[in-house]
Amino acid sequence: MINHADDAVIRTHQLRKVYAGAPAFGPPGARPGGPPGGRPAGPVASQVSGGVNGAPTKPRDAAVDSLDLEVGRGEIFGLLGPNGAGKSTTIGMLTTRIVPTSGTAMVAGIDVIAHPAATKQHIGVVTQTNTLDRALTVRENLVFHGRYFGMPNKQARAEADRLLEVFRLGDKSDVGVQTLSGGLAQRLMVARSIMHRPSVLFLDEPTAGLDPQTRLSLWELIRELNAGGQTVLLTTHYMEEADELCGRLAIMDHGRILALDTPDGLKRSVDADTVVTITAAGDAGGLATALASGDGVVKAEATPRGVEVHMRAAPGIVPRLMTSAADAGFEVTDVSVAEPSLETVFIQLTGKDLRD
Amino acid sequence: MAATTITDQPTSSAEPSTATAQAAFIALLARDLTVLRKEFRMFLARTVMQPLLLMFVFTYVFPKIGQGVGGGAGAGRFSTLLVGGVIASTMIFQGIQAVALPLVQDFGFTREIEDRVLAPLPVGAIALEKVVAGAAQALVAGLLVFPMGLFIPATSIDLHINYPLLIAVMVLGAFMSASLGLFVGTRVEPRQVPLIFGLLVIPMTFLGAVYYPWQSLEPLRWLQIVVLANPLVYLSEGMRAALTTGVPHMASGVVLLVLAAAGALLMRVGVSGFRKRVLS
Repeated sequence: MINHADDAVIRTHQLRKVYAGAPAFGPPGARPGGPPGGRPAGPVASQVSGGVNGAPTKPRDAAVDSLDLEVGRGEIFGLLGPNGAGKSTTIGMLTTRIVPTSGTAMVAGIDVIAHPAATKQHIGVVTQTNTLDRALTVRENLVFHGRYFGMPNKQARAEADRLLEVFRLGDKSDVGVQTLSGGLAQRLMVARSIMHRPSVLFLDEPTAGLDPQTRLSLWELIRELNAGGQTVLLTTHYMEEADELCGRLAIMDHGRILALDTPDGLKRSVDADTVVTITAAGDAGGLATALASGDGVVKAEATPRGVEVHMRAAPGIVPRLMTSAADAGFEVTDVSVAEPSLETVFIQLTGKDLRD
Repeated sequence: MAATTITDQPTSSAEPSTATAQAAFIALLARDLTVLRKEFRMFLARTVMQPLLLMFVFTYVFPKIGQGVGGGAGAGRFSTLLVGGVIASTMIFQGIQAVALPLVQDFGFTREIEDRVLAPLPVGAIALEKVVAGAAQALVAGLLVFPMGLFIPATSIDLHINYPLLIAVMVLGAFMSASLGLFVGTRVEPRQVPLIFGLLVIPMTFLGAVYYPWQSLEPLRWLQIVVLANPLVYLSEGMRAALTTGVPHMASGVVLLVLAAAGALLMRVGVSGFRKRVLS
């Protein structure tokens, strides 16, 4: 294992989570009460005798599997992946709310599994759901949060007022939190999560469901916090968000990390420097075959958005692609030329669209 | 927008200091107190109405209209024994209202609890805080019944208060009530809330020796034995033991022992239920 000195704020080793009652390794009969309506393992007979004859039972999905992760102090680190990839489970385990099945996790130098209460002192968490205290006002939400973390009342009030200004919530300080719009509530959640100056800030899908403008302002906020030294680990299924915010990111699918690098590094890992997407009427697979043999074409494949042609060092090739398409009898209706994006990376790694 | 500077925690230590956990515990209590203060009218309404009506109908209206529970001459005796029962049932009711109902909401849909679970103290201590806050409310609710006992009954009531026993019974009873609330709150889904009342509160109250001493069930021996599973029986009996002379009641030692044991058991099961609900 690489030893990255002491400035790793998060470090996991072979972290794994299989939910209780969810399909697990081993003979199905050994499962603690299989979930009703859960995916059957196979023929009924094998459920009874499963494993006895040593027949390899299919390994079950772990929500998170073999996760090795290191996040350094001052980073904005992203977990990018579709829904169900295991991002929230990962955050849940690092923030003590989900108990790992196996593996180790250290946050701010503390063993999360052995010392959850101590870990909590050093982390700030914004979960996907609105967990603001509805019985309290905006300001009280901050003040009491500070007090939970040991701030004297006076200091908590002062810090709350400062954050209300920074987060532009000053005019809302005495209203109940139910009246806040989604964007304001999210801002208050972020403000609350940093009240106690955590070593790491965890943001689970921080901009999901927010309108584009609110999303931009939240990005700006996160960047400012990071500029002030705040380490951030965030999950997202928005490529732009990962690309814009994260210094490094891990692409996850089915509970595993498929690739981990800077956004640029990930894009460079794609086998092409240009991606041309061509839409035409007719058999997309046929068009892909027709285009695949062209000069400078690395590969061509049919995707839901058209035929994607990966090309390398190929100036002036678009007209030739058009000609090839026409020669093969396809009428091209749309062409777009782009550099590889994280989406390209994701499709290359998983064979599917991030939005699927 | 002003820049926000984050200073790192100086050093992290593996064990949370007890002081940190204590401060968090007290802050959680302070939060509950603040909310209670804001909703004090609601607290009063939900606390006072039931005992007020019980006392009014049974100890004022009935004697006045000659519908004697306990008969004309027995009215004073009935009122006397009722005070303890009403205090007991009010406390149990409050434990469920104050602890179970908010928890059911939290677990069911608001998920607000997820943030408090991230406060720097063990998850079990967060559940314990709920019980402490609930027990305090149950205690206050029980105390509010005393003035009703003084002013409402049409006949005189005859209380002989054994203060040490009263304090012991009320404190243990309050913890038992709040622990029951924790237990129920961690096991009930929001759509099942009406069942709390239909299947738990109402049977517990009617079969909780509230309106009659447990000993008077003697002719119905099977019922007398069955209701021993109801913790409210012991609280009612304990209250009568502390408040009256001449009304039969269970031995105070038995009452205190069962209240403590039931409270401890419900707390234990409740805390483990709480952990199951907030950790996965």
